Amino acid sequence: MRKVLLIAAAVTVIALSFGLSKVSHARPVADEQNTSGGKFQVKIDNFSFGPATLTVPAGTTVTWVNHDDVPHNIVSSEGKTLKSPVLDTDQKFSYTFSQPGTYAYFCGIHPRMTGKVIVQ
Amino acid sequence: MRRKKEDLILHNHNHDGVDRRGFLKCMAWAGTGALFVVRGGILKSYSLSDPAGMAAGAAQPGELSFIQISDSHMGFDKAANPDVVATLRVAVEKINAAPMRPEFLLHTGDISHLSKPTEFDTVDQVLKEAKASQVFYVPGEHDVLGDDGKQYLERYGKGATSGGWYSFDHKGVHFIGLVNVLNLKAGGLGSLGPEQLEWLEDNVKGLSASTPIVVFAHIPLWSIYPDWGWGTDDSAQALAYLKRFGSVTVLNGHIHQTMQKVEGNITFHTATSTAFPQPHPGAAPSPGPMKVPADQLRSLLGLTSVEYVEGKHSLAIVDSSLA
Repeated sequence: MRKVLLIAAAVTVIALSFGLSKVSHARPVADEQNTSGGKFQVKIDNFSFGPATLTVPAGTTVTWVNHDDVPHNIVSSEGKTLKSPVLDTDQKFSYTFSQPGTYAYFCGIHPRMTGKVIVQ
Repeated sequence: MRRKKEDLILHNHNHDGVDRRGFLKCMAWAGTGALFVVRGGILKSYSLSDPAGMAAGAAQPGELSFIQISDSHMGFDKAANPDVVATLRVAVEKINAAPMRPEFLLHTGDISHLSKPTEFDTVDQVLKEAKASQVFYVPGEHDVLGDDGKQYLERYGKGATSGGWYSFDHKGVHFIGLVNVLNLKAGGLGSLGPEQLEWLEDNVKGLSASTPIVVFAHIPLWSIYPDWGWGTDDSAQALAYLKRFGSVTVLNGHIHQTMQKVEGNITFHTATSTAFPQPHPGAAPSPGPMKVPADQLRSLLGLTSVEYVEGKHSLAIVDSSLA
């Protein structure tokens, strides 16, 4: 019984510390974990979106930030879901994806730049 | 001594022993600041630093001289060039210093950097200082931001079709300004679109094949480096309509460096920017503004002078840098 209790306690401690470490590393941006209602960032750098494919749970807010010396924007490849203003250097655009689906987009100014947000 | 195969003269249209390929070869080692004029079938060269010698060669009636400038990016202020007004002014000073006064300027787009009204205003003001009667424009992708080109068309679209493309004739040369920066598709390159292509086919249909044609558009009409968007998806169709003409010159911008290609009777040429240089294809992670030491900047910016002599086959295209 004692052994079982000890093991249970150890497992609980491990589980709790794991949970705590999850919370302590959670930040509004650049969070790589799949926390529902969380925030994700896409960096625009060297004429590319990074990450090019981003998978997020429904309800996530994605923020694009432009690190290039030229302006870029985010436009849906099909349909009208995404249509950001023109982003100059360091400017940001955020969109909250409430519906699951695959959202392909590109830079309307430099159309070879493409990306995708998969909402689960 | 055996002549190299590629030095054989293939087309001797002016009967002067110089074909287009040889012509371009001459210009390649001319360096900056040299001007070639085809007059009376003879290729004459002038140094832009020798005004007296040039004055004797001032454009005669039947000769056409114009300047291509490109990519002024008014409003850009990052490290690659914190003062694009100053470098545009240097370009204007060069235009005004050349003894051969251009009849007009062709601006091949990216007039502004962010499509802001003040940016367009500033370019208009600076170019008014140039000794040229008129400036013709085509838009770059930076000129049509956020409004699908509405502001650009209001400013520069008078006399053009509703899409902004147009043509005009001057001293027997037929000029065509094309727009390939609107309705761009995901993953694509520049685009002319079916409406503009239809217009182009109709526009050149009635012209005799001996009419010299000059086409100008922002994004290159040949595939230079697709990975960086340096090409136009449907340009082949446009070029098919122009293939029958004896002399076609295509002037583009967008890539901020000089490149030339000759394909049959078509000469393709891209101009340097007056704002900032960009890397050679594949030489950097992306085609963005390239920072160079301050004392080198002006040598990588420039303008292009184009000469045409009525009745002669080739146009003389000369690039010169700002320093």
